[in-house]
Amino acid sequence: MELSGSEIIVQFLKDEGVEYVFGYPGGAVLHIYDAIHQQDDVKHILVRHEQGATHAADGYARATGKPGVVLVTSGPGATNAITGIATAYMDSAPMIVLSGQVPSGMIGSDAFQEVDAIGCTRPCVKHNFLVKDINDLAITLKKAFYVATSGRPGPVLVDIPKDITAPQIKIPYQYPESINMRSYNPTVKGHPRQIKKAVELLLSAKRPMMYSGGGVILGDAAQELRTLTRQLGFPITQTLMGLGAYPAPDPQNVGMLGMHGTYEANMAMHECDVLFAIGARFDDRITGDTSKFCPHAKIIHIDIDPASISKNINVDIPIVGEVKKVLSDMAQIITDSHQKPDQEALAKWWGKIKNWQAQDCLAYDRDSQHIKPQSVIETLYEVTHGDAFVTSDVGQHQMFAAQFYPFNEPRRWINSGGLGTMGFGLPSAMGVKLAFPDADVACVTGEGSIQMCIQELSTCLQYDLPVKIVNLNNRYLGMVRQWQEFFYEKRYSHSYMDALPDFVKLTESYGHVGIRVENPADLKSAMEEAFAMKDRLVFLDVITDQTENVYPMIQAGAAHNQMEISPDHQKRQNSINPEGELA
Amino acid sequence: MRHIISLLVENESGALSRIAGLFSARGYNIESLTVATTEDPTLSRMTIVTLGSDKIIEQITKQLNKLIDVVKLQDMTDKDHIEREMMFVKVRAEGESRRSEIQRVSDIFRARIIDVTDTTYCIELTGSSRKLDAYIKTLHEGDVIEVVRSGSMGITRGEKSLSL
Repeated sequence: MELSGSEIIVQFLKDEGVEYVFGYPGGAVLHIYDAIHQQDDVKHILVRHEQGATHAADGYARATGKPGVVLVTSGPGATNAITGIATAYMDSAPMIVLSGQVPSGMIGSDAFQEVDAIGCTRPCVKHNFLVKDINDLAITLKKAFYVATSGRPGPVLVDIPKDITAPQIKIPYQYPESINMRSYNPTVKGHPRQIKKAVELLLSAKRPMMYSGGGVILGDAAQELRTLTRQLGFPITQTLMGLGAYPAPDPQNVGMLGMHGTYEANMAMHECDVLFAIGARFDDRITGDTSKFCPHAKIIHIDIDPASISKNINVDIPIVGEVKKVLSDMAQIITDSHQKPDQEALAKWWGKIKNWQAQDCLAYDRDSQHIKPQSVIETLYEVTHGDAFVTSDVGQHQMFAAQFYPFNEPRRWINSGGLGTMGFGLPSAMGVKLAFPDADVACVTGEGSIQMCIQELSTCLQYDLPVKIVNLNNRYLGMVRQWQEFFYEKRYSHSYMDALPDFVKLTESYGHVGIRVENPADLKSAMEEAFAMKDRLVFLDVITDQTENVYPMIQAGAAHNQMEISPDHQKRQNSINPEGELA
Repeated sequence: MRHIISLLVENESGALSRIAGLFSARGYNIESLTVATTEDPTLSRMTIVTLGSDKIIEQITKQLNKLIDVVKLQDMTDKDHIEREMMFVKVRAEGESRRSEIQRVSDIFRARIIDVTDTTYCIELTGSSRKLDAYIKTLHEGDVIEVVRSGSMGITRGEKSLSL
């Protein structure tokens, strides 16, 4: 079969099983778009900004586990995509970005719409390729998919000069079924001796703590995590990226940890004697002050990426390998050994945790005359029966969603945790909705974040993507305002969102439904109304309490036992004794 | 501590910038870096001399290994190895006594004078980086016109090798 470069790209995507390509045309990719036009197998979703394309592909990837594919033109097409590429990189989402490039002969001449896409994206991709010869095109695409989806996943960019895709030049094409790269062999199997040592340490623990992260979701290891956690009977906390791997309503779950984690999770981290980190990377929002992190604990860490091990926190038993396999090996070893953890110590430990839980750290004022953001998320949970895909933007609403929507399943909670990209929520919800057209997909956002990719409302209409947007509108960049209140003596520098649009009218002008909610009593009925409209995009503009802050909070660089639980406990930080108990 | 790390990398355009970019992005030091193609034209061999605590060096080697273009890596520091750097020095050499003094010192260091004019010598010297430093110290500061150093390269002694 003789194909042009453009035809090879489209045929390859089809052979690779790609359903959707998110993209935006331009000069350098016109040949490719012509090839796309002549087939129906690979569906192209025309976004309204390249950032939207990357986030949509990212949302699709996170919800399905399959790589998201993006097609952008050279120059501004590529640079606009960078925020989304960096977002995927920080959260290890598998993504392929095909970027057009000026013709080979013009590279380096400062041609129209020329940018060094390889150079610009180098720090935020897992790898990138410049295709210099049409004969390398198919194999390079195969390498890109292989690198993006194996080991620790991540985005891979393939930069394709326009002459490579010209319709006149045709070469024989065959889909490369497999690929071997001498310089890339991700470790998959954990070291048996390390695994055995880890099991011994777990069984000897008196105050154990499991801490699982996004790696469990990326590695499709939720089932193995559940089996082992239940087998051990240990408390488990999950990171922002890991929510849903272990079911949140389960009694062994003590909630999210870190800066806005629960009191019980953070205290248990501080007090534990064995910490079992699973597919988590000890991010600074998790650890706080690294010198005071888990001061009493021996640490076991499973990660597919050797560079994640002992990067921020030194670990005692590192295990490099796929979480799924290692966890199932561990469960098997424990079953075969007929041993159990020290039940007496464990019961005592749970007693201590129950005391911390009694602090009810997520309590908020339920009788307020204003709509509390927490209640919006709780209502969302109720109305969607806890079964929705929830994407979010970045800020207070993101934390409220993580705290108040107890996720039962992995891949349901989709947010930009590492890079913290405002604008992520709506386009990623589009990617999720394409993958799961019958599921409820909610984008929890704020009036600041939503305006960063609001143009994608148009894409939602064109492709009939009836997502539900839950806008926690407090007329402030809430998290910025919270920090300014706490750390800048309430000097609210540029955090007030003046001159906001009328979101209801705005949504209507895009052809969707807008509903404004100002009264707590109307919240539930409005939410029900929105989700009852299965085939319409509904923008719920919820006017929330301007003064609400996210609690608990560990200030940046503080230790886990230095938490502020609520405004009533502002001074509580000082009233915690050296044992980490509340006085 | 000073470490000398050797790498085999894919001989692709961009491989060098990935490695240099890694060091600058993560704030690691590069004291020197040398690179050239090997007997296998698809591979380049690189020697990096870097400074850092054990923890940083561990991260450097892990992060380098993580780069897709890096095929193989070896930290030679604790292994029995040979390390050499090459240097050219152009030095002002005027007057009989000054010229013979430079020749004498160069002999002691086993340096070679490879270019001579009425007023200058160009000297070639190979050795450890410290030896090169020591040689420069023997010259009067004002006399040194130009210094070119290759950066260190290293190879382990004995049977073991860094190869595929």
